[in-house]
Amino acid sequence: MRFVLAALPFLALIIGMFFANRTEPYVLGMPFIMFWTVLWVVLTSVIMFIVFKTDPANKEGNAE
Amino acid sequence: MNSALIVILAFLLISLYFGIRARQGKQMNLEQWTIGGRSFGTLFVFILSAGEIYTTFTFLGGSGWAYGKGGPALYILWYGSLAYALSYWLLPAVWRYAKKHQLLSQSDFFTKKYNSPALGVLVSIIGIVAMVPYLVLQLKGLGSIVNIASYGSISSGTAIWIGVIAVAVYTTISGVHGVAWTSVIKDTLVLLVVIFLGIYFPIHYFGGFSDMFHAIDQAKPGFLALPDQGMSVYWFISTVLLTALGFYTWPHTFGAILTAKNEKVFRRNAVVFPLYQLILLFVFFVGFAAILTVKPALEGAEVDNALLELSVQSFPHWFVGVIGAAGLLCALVPGSMLLMTSSTMISKNLYKVFKPSASDAQVSNLAKYLVPIVALISLYFTFKGGQTIVALLLMGYSMVTQFFPAIVFSFLKRNPITKVGAFAGIVVGELVVAYTTVTNQTVATLLPFMPQAVQDLNVGIVAMILNLIVTFVVSAFTKKKAAQKELVA
Repeated sequence: MRFVLAALPFLALIIGMFFANRTEPYVLGMPFIMFWTVLWVVLTSVIMFIVFKTDPANKEGNAE
Repeated sequence: MNSALIVILAFLLISLYFGIRARQGKQMNLEQWTIGGRSFGTLFVFILSAGEIYTTFTFLGGSGWAYGKGGPALYILWYGSLAYALSYWLLPAVWRYAKKHQLLSQSDFFTKKYNSPALGVLVSIIGIVAMVPYLVLQLKGLGSIVNIASYGSISSGTAIWIGVIAVAVYTTISGVHGVAWTSVIKDTLVLLVVIFLGIYFPIHYFGGFSDMFHAIDQAKPGFLALPDQGMSVYWFISTVLLTALGFYTWPHTFGAILTAKNEKVFRRNAVVFPLYQLILLFVFFVGFAAILTVKPALEGAEVDNALLELSVQSFPHWFVGVIGAAGLLCALVPGSMLLMTSSTMISKNLYKVFKPSASDAQVSNLAKYLVPIVALISLYFTFKGGQTIVALLLMGYSMVTQFFPAIVFSFLKRNPITKVGAFAGIVVGELVVAYTTVTNQTVATLLPFMPQAVQDLNVGIVAMILNLIVTFVVSAFTKKKAAQKELVA
């Protein structure tokens, strides 16, 4: 499950770029290809946060 | 002396002060000097990694790519995020193994994993051959940053000498502690400067982001997306994937992993790092803003000066000094990490291998004394390098990427790669990298009969595929041989 989540940004690149390689429509002032890139940078952080929270390896009490 | 120069010098002195002070209260054996005694928490590892990942290339090259190439520059944002996603699993595994066996460098890792000092020596030599040109690149960047930001009052050569002396001093004295502390100053300053510039320029010159991009699209139709040929979608995807693989195979990046005090550090950082990548977006904004505003238009290697030229054109002297200082630190911090890692590898993974009787104290001292020596060698190449250094520079990233299979497969329960296989695969990979770089080959020139999509693939793919084939064929062969020997015995 965690691997599937982490694979999403890779799919967004390998499959998504074929559709996202365009200037129109502009989103948040950015050409679409740039928006798609930024969107996935942010989503990668979100995904890794979910992975982190659900990973039992982080539950052990090795607090800093 | 103008105010820009005063600001740059002030930041240099502050960094030098913190760099030296970082040593305080530490017993400097090699483990403490080169990997901070495996004591860094999440924040310090984050800052150290950010410090060495975001170099002059990011600062100048990132804006230069946006200015000169447009849409394709976005690949830099992608490969970082993908590498960070991988890092969540890769780095804890590397760290755990290194901690268990008390490893201090990437070469130690290969030596131990494959039980082969020869492989350790090979990896050290390749690593050093890749790192020294990378250091030279930082120094050249430093030279042009300080030269432009001081309005020509300091020559590029003088700036490089001063920078190198500062780096060599604090690196020799404080090792990775010095790097981490100067990193704190660097990343704070760079973050503030880059975000400010990335927002200010588009609004000041164009009235807003949307207006800026529309203006560029009108002046240069198609420039903001990927072209149909050359740097096409196929080029983009293959380059991102290949570059993501090489992200953590640089010896100095690998070394930074070992500074962590526990493996949770990496999992936390894997969450934050992709977001931090957005700093590059602001670097791109600056590059895009320069397209229609910098007059006369920059050409050839000059495109890397887009950020600086636009700043000089737009701001008072003292603020150009702040930008110059940020750029200077972008050269010094990765530079110090490269110096330290090269010196550690020469001492521990080359000298010690050929002179096993050397004591730990001797190896540790030698590593520190090597810092100024490696610095001088880099200076020589910076001023006298010529074409060789340019070629090595282009190769550097592809060279260290060839380590990837031997690192990753070694973590499988049964490593399918033998030491001979790893050795042969890396050697073949490097030879292909060298051949394609020196003779300027692309997939299109190597395989002209293939469809356009294949021709646009990053040529590094060829080296990686041949590396994998040789690695697995030789491994299968040597494994069989080893099994037969056991049967006979």
